[in-house]
Amino acid sequence: MFDKILIANRGEIACRVIKTARKMGIKTVAVYSDADKQALHVQMADEAIHIGPPQANQSYIVIDKIMDAVRQSGAQAVHPGYGFLSENAKFAEALAAEGVAFVGPPVGAIESMGDKITSKKIAQEAKVSTVPGYMGLIEDADEAVKISNEVGYPVMLKASAGGGGKGMRIAWNDEEAREGFQSSKNEAANSFGDDRIFIEKFVTQPRHIEIQVLCDAHGNGIYLNERECSIQRRQQKVVEEAPSPFLDAETRKAMGEQSVALAKAVGYASAGTVEFIVDGDRNFYFLEMNTRLQVEHPVTELITGVDLVEQMIRVANGEPLSITQDDVQLNGWAIENRLYAEDPYRGFLPSIGRLTRYRPPAEVAAGLLLENDKWQGDAPAGKYAVRNDTGVYEGGEISMYYDPMIAKLCTWGPTRDEAIEEMRIALDSFEVEGIGHNLPFLSAVMDHPVFIKGEMTTAFIEEQYPDGFQGVTLADAELRRVAAAAAAMNRVSEIRRARVSGRLDNHERVVGSEWNVALQDQAFDVTIEADQQGSTVRFADGGELRVEGDWTPGDSLARMTVDGAPLVIKVDKITQGFRMRSRGADLKVHVRSPRQAELAKLMPEKLPPDTSKMLLCPMPGLIVNVNVAEGDEVEDGQALCTVEAMKMENILRAEKKGVVSKINAAAGDSLAVDDVIMEFE
Amino acid sequence: MKDILQELHDRRENARLGGGQRRIDSQHAKGKLTARERIELLLDEGSFEEYDTFVAHRCTDFGMEDNRPYGDGVVTGWGTINGRMVYVFSQDFTVLGGSVSATHAAKICKVMDMAMQNGAPIIGLNDSGGARIQEGVDALAGYAEIFQRNIMASGVIPQISVIMGPCAGGAVYSPAMTDFIFMVKDSSYMFVTGPDVVKTVTNEVVTAEELGGASTHTKKSSVADGAFENDVEALAEVRRLVDYLPLNNREKPPVRPFFDDVDRIETSLDTLIPENPNMPYDMKELIAKVADEGDFYEIQKDFAGNILTGFIRLEGQTVGVVANQPMVLAGCLDIDSSRKAARFVRFCDCFEIPILTLVDVPGFLPGTSQEYGGVIKHGAKLLFAYGEATVPKVTVITRKAYGGAYDVMASKHLRGDVNYAWPTAEIAVMGAKGATEIIHRADLGDAEKIAAHTAEYEDRFANPFVAAERGFIDEVIQPKSTRRRVSRAFAMLRGKQLTNPWKKHDNIPL
Repeated sequence: MFDKILIANRGEIACRVIKTARKMGIKTVAVYSDADKQALHVQMADEAIHIGPPQANQSYIVIDKIMDAVRQSGAQAVHPGYGFLSENAKFAEALAAEGVAFVGPPVGAIESMGDKITSKKIAQEAKVSTVPGYMGLIEDADEAVKISNEVGYPVMLKASAGGGGKGMRIAWNDEEAREGFQSSKNEAANSFGDDRIFIEKFVTQPRHIEIQVLCDAHGNGIYLNERECSIQRRQQKVVEEAPSPFLDAETRKAMGEQSVALAKAVGYASAGTVEFIVDGDRNFYFLEMNTRLQVEHPVTELITGVDLVEQMIRVANGEPLSITQDDVQLNGWAIENRLYAEDPYRGFLPSIGRLTRYRPPAEVAAGLLLENDKWQGDAPAGKYAVRNDTGVYEGGEISMYYDPMIAKLCTWGPTRDEAIEEMRIALDSFEVEGIGHNLPFLSAVMDHPVFIKGEMTTAFIEEQYPDGFQGVTLADAELRRVAAAAAAMNRVSEIRRARVSGRLDNHERVVGSEWNVALQDQAFDVTIEADQQGSTVRFADGGELRVEGDWTPGDSLARMTVDGAPLVIKVDKITQGFRMRSRGADLKVHVRSPRQAELAKLMPEKLPPDTSKMLLCPMPGLIVNVNVAEGDEVEDGQALCTVEAMKMENILRAEKKGVVSKINAAAGDSLAVDDVIMEFE
Repeated sequence: MKDILQELHDRRENARLGGGQRRIDSQHAKGKLTARERIELLLDEGSFEEYDTFVAHRCTDFGMEDNRPYGDGVVTGWGTINGRMVYVFSQDFTVLGGSVSATHAAKICKVMDMAMQNGAPIIGLNDSGGARIQEGVDALAGYAEIFQRNIMASGVIPQISVIMGPCAGGAVYSPAMTDFIFMVKDSSYMFVTGPDVVKTVTNEVVTAEELGGASTHTKKSSVADGAFENDVEALAEVRRLVDYLPLNNREKPPVRPFFDDVDRIETSLDTLIPENPNMPYDMKELIAKVADEGDFYEIQKDFAGNILTGFIRLEGQTVGVVANQPMVLAGCLDIDSSRKAARFVRFCDCFEIPILTLVDVPGFLPGTSQEYGGVIKHGAKLLFAYGEATVPKVTVITRKAYGGAYDVMASKHLRGDVNYAWPTAEIAVMGAKGATEIIHRADLGDAEKIAAHTAEYEDRFANPFVAAERGFIDEVIQPKSTRRRVSRAFAMLRGKQLTNPWKKHDNIPL
């Protein structure tokens, strides 16, 4: 076995590889850019080598710099992680030239699978199901109809020069094929000056399902079941799971065997992933093969008990696979949620800054990984597993140079429902402050009926959230649970306040039992009866909820049980109540005495100012210059001013045509987030 | 007997209605609560003891003898906030516009005297049209009686003013002399002369809100210490403030049960200071991570953001915090920040509240506007306030402590009890670049030499150890252990006794 391995990557995947290497007794070498001096992977590795400036194209993906680091450290193998140089044949060649093992497939496999057309050809030759279609040019409408019938409806007519949906038509029958051919031809001619059209099978209700394969250099290959990755946003996977709720054993076997056949056809030797698109009738079609470790590999590890990184290293070391296809298990269900530093309320804009708080849920080991003694950390054993692959830490900095994914939270349970429920609790327990992040959105997906039923397609996010994500509105039952918890927590807080020193003896404040809890445009009158174990909260309009938990004032996370079911809430104190975040909802909860509530009703409702006609400062920064003057007419997209933040100049542009009515900031002003820079008529 | 009880009941009901239902409705329509409703929200439920319910004015001019409502436009008495005694007066706008008469003033004076004598804070809820013109000089005398008591009470009991409606003319000077002024957004204003007079005299056209609204006084004038969305929020937050304050100057600040580990280690503080010395960071994060339960009651948060002032608790006990904020003007001292912090330090010292000072200060802000504005005297206020303060003073230097500003910020030389520094601290006469350019003036033309000199200077002086060698820093501490170190320092100082020489009073540069 290797003594020392270099990880040519950063972030969570570098940390992930280091963990397995360490377990195998292999020393690790990290590489880092200027921006990563204090990164977690640098802290975890046995040694770390600096490779240049923050920009990846001047550090992490510069082959020469990695090669220098390899030589300097004397590493015998390099794990490339994913992204960066992981599918770069030249890099694999450079390593081979110096006799250093590449923890990945042979150069030939990378090259042949790296090209879309070649890979499809090889797939067809290996009898892998590909999307049926006619690649040649089509003369006229009659031929289009003929080919459409051969391919089978529905079909897609596509301009070969096409893009952005132009020159694209879907046809369900001969008539539509005839019409579609003509209109897409015209459109293509007008848009691209190239009216060539081809026809392809249109995949309805498409799902993205991929097969994990594992091959050695001795001709052995197995598949480790599938992963369902249909929940994506702009080609970016957000939620993955294994197995897929959609596949049956027969389809799984067919997909798996074809995937292994493909891998063998290219002499594959490592872990790899064959991606398929699967339609509503479980027809599957090859998309591409990723010749590297996939981001979402943990879900496979959780259901099969196989440490894929370990297998990759062993294969790279020339060892034959120690498991056969018959050994591969499919145990329970695993779900992965990707935590992105992206603000869901601002159109998923990347968010950078300091992680003032970062407390992932505690890891718990369960299932096959535990039984196989393959658990990464020293997590306690439990009925359900919680795993968090992360590359960041509290007090660390999220920079703008790299992928905004900061952690992969996985849960495992014996059934899908249990895995989902465990994920809901894990998300609610995950504390991330200082940057915008998608935790509320992930919570929303975990509670979405389409997801719960397992009926998602790749269009899930754009269909279910056509206008972006506006936050979660809790249903009545859940709202009452939160209200009951808030009432109980407020009581504890108020009793503590009434125990301050300097009280007038015998005239202390008695904290009452009747409260009014206002949240999410609703208010509940409740009575609390407390005992040693917790509180019983009675709702004036009927029903009662039992609240228990060890929350004390100041705790930022309340782990309660309400009527026996867990309720985890992130808590911040606000005037007369709490800000509470749970299940993707972000609530201001006011808990007041009945009289306070009565008087609070008299307070005027102050609507937040209409900001649609204002230019707000998107980040704290310094105004470098203002390009327009009051009274100027501005065009859509015109530069209005420049804000310098984090040493970066950001040009703010007009979102629509308008006239500048007032300018509130001048060059040199230092502004906070949402300060009004200028107003429009 | 029964009739007499009925009579009392009826009279009380009459008094409780103030200016009558119509005026109460009109008050509500303006988004304002009545004087009695406000007291209900301020005090513990059922704890209010009203005095002088039946006081009526004695004015007989201009037909006033026919309009003598009970209470005379102000409700006074005492009650408790979380079981601790406070005195309160609440002006009733529904009764003669809450205007101040001789009797109205006498009611206020009565509770102020009691507060002084019995050692409890006085809280004034202001909502008054001003002096009752019909009473003429009697009303003015009334104001002056209140002013004199404000002055005498200063430093003896905490005085808190909440402006919940108009407060104009001479009336503003009573709140002006209290310890804290809070305002309600959109429904309160304070000014010496109103928009009409302003228009006549200076030809300026300005609205009452622009001239003296909450935004003006919290952001521009710094007259007010905070502003709240509405009456309910304002009164709830005043309750929260009172929880931090001692009842009088003979008492230690209050202690509250706490649920936070004194030894809590915050590893993230080890990376709070950015590598680039010119990059800002948020000092509020340090405050929150040091404080019990992350709770910080900020005073004047919208003014002079380059310095932060407010209250936290350590081991349940109130501590005043003064901290440079690198996010605003690099955390430098200037006229506004010096004034803001000086007043806060003096408040803490009056009431035996220990002071925690967090330092990252590059110096005083240069410029003509600062010099013409008298930064010398304003800066001296903070220096003076720190130097005269005898309460426990613990200081943590996180990064820059340059020049005279280092001296000012509760340094060891100003009787700072414990001065800690983080390893990232730079206690020096100025930044490396500036110092090098002076010391090595001859090499100014040679960028390479200057860079070498700068590096040399940084190496030698941009650290806490030069100061530590001299004992100006008591200990260099790990950032992550700041809460524990600071808490222990204040615990060590619980028995501190220090008295300034006898004097009638000092002569702070005003």
